[in-house]
Amino acid sequence: MDLRFTPEELAFRDEVRAFIRDNLPADIRERMRLGYSPRKQDVIAWQRILNRKGWAALSWPKEWGGPGWSAVQRMIFIEENQAAPAPELLSFNITMLGPVLIQFGTEEQKRRFLPRAANLDDWWCQGFSEPGAGSDLASLKTAARREGDHYVVNGSKIWTSTAHNADWCFVLVRTNPNAAKRQEGISFLLVDMKTPGITVRPIISIDGAHHLNEVFFDDVKVPVEMRIHEENRGWDVAKFLLGNERTGIARLGKSRERVAAAKEAARAVRFNGKPLIEDPTFRQRVAQLEVDMKALQITQYRVVSAGAKKSDGRPDPLSSVLKVKGTELLQSTTELAMDAAGPLAMPIWAQELAEMANEPDMLAEAAEQAAGNYLFLRAASIYGGTNEIQKNILSKAVLRL
Amino acid sequence: MDFDLSDDQRLLADSVTRLMADRYGFEARKAFLKQPDGWSTEMWGRYAELGLLGVPFAEEHGGFGGGAVEVMLVMQELGRALALEPYLATVVLGGTAVRLGGSAAQQAAILPAVAEGTLKLAFAHGERDARYDLSDVQTTAKRGNGGWVLDGAKSVVFHGDSADKLVVSARIKGARDDPDGIGLFLVDAGAQGLARRGYTLRDETRAAEVSLTHVAVADGDVLGEAGAAFPVIERVVETGIAAMGAEAVGAMETMQSMTLEYSRTREQFGKPIGSNQVVQHRLSEMLMALEQGRSMAMLATVSVEDADPAERARNISMAKVGYGQSARFVSQQAIQMHGGIGMTEEYAVGHYFRRAMVIEHTFGDTAFHLARLAAQVE
Repeated sequence: MDLRFTPEELAFRDEVRAFIRDNLPADIRERMRLGYSPRKQDVIAWQRILNRKGWAALSWPKEWGGPGWSAVQRMIFIEENQAAPAPELLSFNITMLGPVLIQFGTEEQKRRFLPRAANLDDWWCQGFSEPGAGSDLASLKTAARREGDHYVVNGSKIWTSTAHNADWCFVLVRTNPNAAKRQEGISFLLVDMKTPGITVRPIISIDGAHHLNEVFFDDVKVPVEMRIHEENRGWDVAKFLLGNERTGIARLGKSRERVAAAKEAARAVRFNGKPLIEDPTFRQRVAQLEVDMKALQITQYRVVSAGAKKSDGRPDPLSSVLKVKGTELLQSTTELAMDAAGPLAMPIWAQELAEMANEPDMLAEAAEQAAGNYLFLRAASIYGGTNEIQKNILSKAVLRL
Repeated sequence: MDFDLSDDQRLLADSVTRLMADRYGFEARKAFLKQPDGWSTEMWGRYAELGLLGVPFAEEHGGFGGGAVEVMLVMQELGRALALEPYLATVVLGGTAVRLGGSAAQQAAILPAVAEGTLKLAFAHGERDARYDLSDVQTTAKRGNGGWVLDGAKSVVFHGDSADKLVVSARIKGARDDPDGIGLFLVDAGAQGLARRGYTLRDETRAAEVSLTHVAVADGDVLGEAGAAFPVIERVVETGIAAMGAEAVGAMETMQSMTLEYSRTREQFGKPIGSNQVVQHRLSEMLMALEQGRSMAMLATVSVEDADPAERARNISMAKVGYGQSARFVSQQAIQMHGGIGMTEEYAVGHYFRRAMVIEHTFGDTAFHLARLAAQVE
């Protein structure tokens, strides 16, 4: 038993760190370090740099541009990229659609979409949740009626992250409302966001930002060749997608980055006459988070290592542990960073800051973003299957209750 | 990264599992408790037969030639069964002191006898006023009688009442909490001037208060260099923390499986309580805590042999905090999910609860280790 990385894995980690250090554009690095969400152009620019290096399609087979990494290497890359901090690979393209196309797509679909997804020539979004279908995804109602060589789609999707940036959307639709089981009447379609009849309405989240949308489909015509897998078998695809590649789900790199941001702030601000970083209570919180990160890191190694040996391709139910503990940890780290910001966590004043002084006030900017991260990442325990659903999964799949 | 066990390790784990499954049910354990020492001499003999008492010792000393992973495998099974025997005291704590601090002659004289089951050790280090501070030693060792003379008292010495030989720490020079100036001495239980008062801890394991009044120790019974034993004491404690981590994992596994079984069979409102989502989620949370605790016990195990003392101490502290918090959560929830029956002396789960409680308060509790880590935050 050995929990250390091998010399080869350490060398790989150093290679990843060096590449990010040398290639991440300075303006993106600076914004990320201050805690801003990457802009659309930042995400695209960084993914294209990674793709040129052959690193973007990280879990895909080599013939489709994958780097041929082991599960451990993927885990290292994801964590280093988050911790850098650099924009993350667009998960819709890389960890969701890509593997689905490789598993279920036709040759034509693969050739048409995979290279463009890797290079972020197409920005994908995920049309799964609906107003009436959240955790209970199989109750979705958005309907696709077959008319000749087209489907006609009507309905609406919600919580669609980045739909306002997206060129394409993979959508779960109901093709057979009379199926014996709800899961048996669902199909998986690829929809061009420019198709007439699609309306994207922003949903502003509690951080005041626009990540989420509602997407309305009003007689949207989708060619039949844009269906993945067989008609009414879309649930298989969705299950594969949701169970596939959960390596990044713990988001440890992001937690590491938030703790680093909190410490940096704590060195700059004073508390009881001394730098906050010297306050025993603050240090104790950091120490506790470091313990929790260590535990999660080892649990993640265990899941990844077990997954690399499994051949049935089914997700390890213990990845639910990573999701729950990872998002709880991430939320705690965002709380720490926000608390370190103190009263500066309150203002929304980026514009005013820029106008008030000649020099950028980085402390204030980072503080504002610390609050923003705290607010938005309340979603972490909701998206990707709420933590309560994860506990249901553990109850059923592991505890057999 | 490698989580696989070797064939030998798997065989070892299987043989302990089988032994404990066959011989160490909760009822058998109750009988063992009534024996004069409060544990089973018969089981001790079986441990010896299986080679368990020599697991971390070299083959030349009659041992298995194993390391921390082998000890982990044994401790996990002992934890599952809630074993009462002085394995931690003798093999892990005393054994490590002799293994790391002793001369070749001392090792040859002691370790084979431990492996055979004919010699039991205890690690007499803690003192009443020291709390968790390892360097706080007030027992003194002074030159005299052509050797050393020990005076002082040791507190909560695990299985100190039944040990044949005690590894006693005493201060040769320096201030009360100076890490420098501490020696380790091998003292026979029957030595003149050594008195023991045995008692039962909360978890029904045995311990003793040991007083030393002009106890003479020959030069040949000093472990390592007199006055420079502190690093050995730290290693002994770190090894103990790792071993107890594995034991805690075993105990958590049993609590988890007992609670799971109970939730399937206990019916209220006409259905098993485990069909309630609130119970299912609590059991899922116990499972998550168990797995995180297991990860931390693994960290302690692999860290024990880490050559870098600072890194080792840091990882051991992290592990102690992590598995301690897991064990506290799992054990508290195990009682809660059982309801009233979990509170009773006759039912096993409360006994596991108390073992977890004792483990948490051994060699630095959560607050102690967290404070140690907090001091290192950069």
